[in-house]
Amino acid sequence: MKYIDEYRDAEIAHKLVDEIHRITTRPWSLMEVCGGQTHTLVKQGIDEALPKGVRMIHGPGCPVCVTPLEQIDKALVIAARPDVIFTSYGDMLRVPGSTTDLLSLKARGADVRIVYSPLDAVGIAAANPERQVVFFAIGFETTAPANAMAVAQAARLRLDNFSVLVSHVLVPPAMTAILESPTCQVQAFLAAGHVCAVMGWTEYEPIAERYHVPIVVTGFEPLDLLEGILMAIRQLEEGRAVVENQYARAVKREGNRAAQETVLRVFEVGERTWRGIGTIPDSGYHLRPEFATFDAEARFDVGDIHTQEHPACIAGGILQGTKTPLDCAAYGVLCSPQKPLGAPMVSAEGVCSAYHAAGRGLAAPTAFPLYDLARVDR
Amino acid sequence: MCLGIPGKVVEINDEGPLRMARVDFGGVRKEACLAYLPEVVLGDYVIVHVGFAISQLDEEEAHKTLEMLRAIDAEGMAMELGALPEVDRTAEVTGPLPDAPPSQAPPAPEAPV
Repeated sequence: MKYIDEYRDAEIAHKLVDEIHRITTRPWSLMEVCGGQTHTLVKQGIDEALPKGVRMIHGPGCPVCVTPLEQIDKALVIAARPDVIFTSYGDMLRVPGSTTDLLSLKARGADVRIVYSPLDAVGIAAANPERQVVFFAIGFETTAPANAMAVAQAARLRLDNFSVLVSHVLVPPAMTAILESPTCQVQAFLAAGHVCAVMGWTEYEPIAERYHVPIVVTGFEPLDLLEGILMAIRQLEEGRAVVENQYARAVKREGNRAAQETVLRVFEVGERTWRGIGTIPDSGYHLRPEFATFDAEARFDVGDIHTQEHPACIAGGILQGTKTPLDCAAYGVLCSPQKPLGAPMVSAEGVCSAYHAAGRGLAAPTAFPLYDLARVDR
Repeated sequence: MCLGIPGKVVEINDEGPLRMARVDFGGVRKEACLAYLPEVVLGDYVIVHVGFAISQLDEEEAHKTLEMLRAIDAEGMAMELGALPEVDRTAEVTGPLPDAPPSQAPPAPEAPV
């Protein structure tokens, strides 16, 4: 496929690995923000092909993983109502709430439907005027334009049976929270390419300057990640700390203005709680007052529900990059993709599921790296 | 959810309230909303997230990146950059070399070396 295959060229990958080894003179800790990048790194063994001492810390960029338990429990309460059709991206269905998950609820007869696009949920609402249709609007800046447009369309169509359960989070405040943490070990970031495709990278410039941390906007294919790592290490080695764009084919400095306008017409920035991390000011989106009638939390009166994580799950440390799945006693034993305890094992973008899919720390590997990047002859 | 992949726009429908397209992802065709990329035409490549095209692939930039990647050669790259100190290739990565420029960022104390 065009724009994919050429960025998986094993020969160029080896050259990039060699170049990273050549320019690296000391240990560095880099964080890839996005869970999609984590999966490519782990699946291809890129993190293991890096020079000794160069460490990839996996970031909190998995939208499913950071959606707080409270929001999932609210979703479960709403979805259990007989008058409701509950719609969601597929990734959310198996995320455990306090007592059950959406998929189990569906098996017990609740009308829970997977949608590919939030516009599908609007279509379901238009076709079922006698039912309440609720969409679970979660994600980072990548899904915000789609979720915002669904609300805007529902308003245009005057649909009074459509509402959204919002749990939207933003990347730059999470990066700042990580950098402010007294235990922060991150010295450079690979910023999430598709988040920047929407928002551009101007928000990251003050972060790079204030914390003197290199930030490289990076794509998702193996060569993208290798080049992003190379660019970040080069900055570190040279003592520079600026925002650079590796993913120039898809990202412009200003981002997608039309998308930003719709997002900010429907949503406003406010405090959000991140699963495993806690509350971060100005770190997410809420519906603006003029769209408050589409707020499912108000419509179904799901108040603040207090919840607790499974005691064995260390998702919090994993999401903050201070722990890896291999530090978890439950990993691969009590917790697997088939029977997850925490969200990072459920999501296709979660760190634990990435490790599990690559067979890391398991008795028998479940998958092999596509390219043998981790050559032994160094 | 963030795993948008590039696809080719093979059909455009301007008739409804929102500009829609059929996008081909290596044989799999999906509907995508073009509301955020009004200038896209048939044959363009776009990145689609949850049913919305959010970015148009820039052929020229893609070409430049690939050319640069293909040109990477350990020696050649060093010459091209011209800013890198000569390093002893046999040295283990144990700490700053005498000629290495100072860095503001402290090394991670517990990183295995």
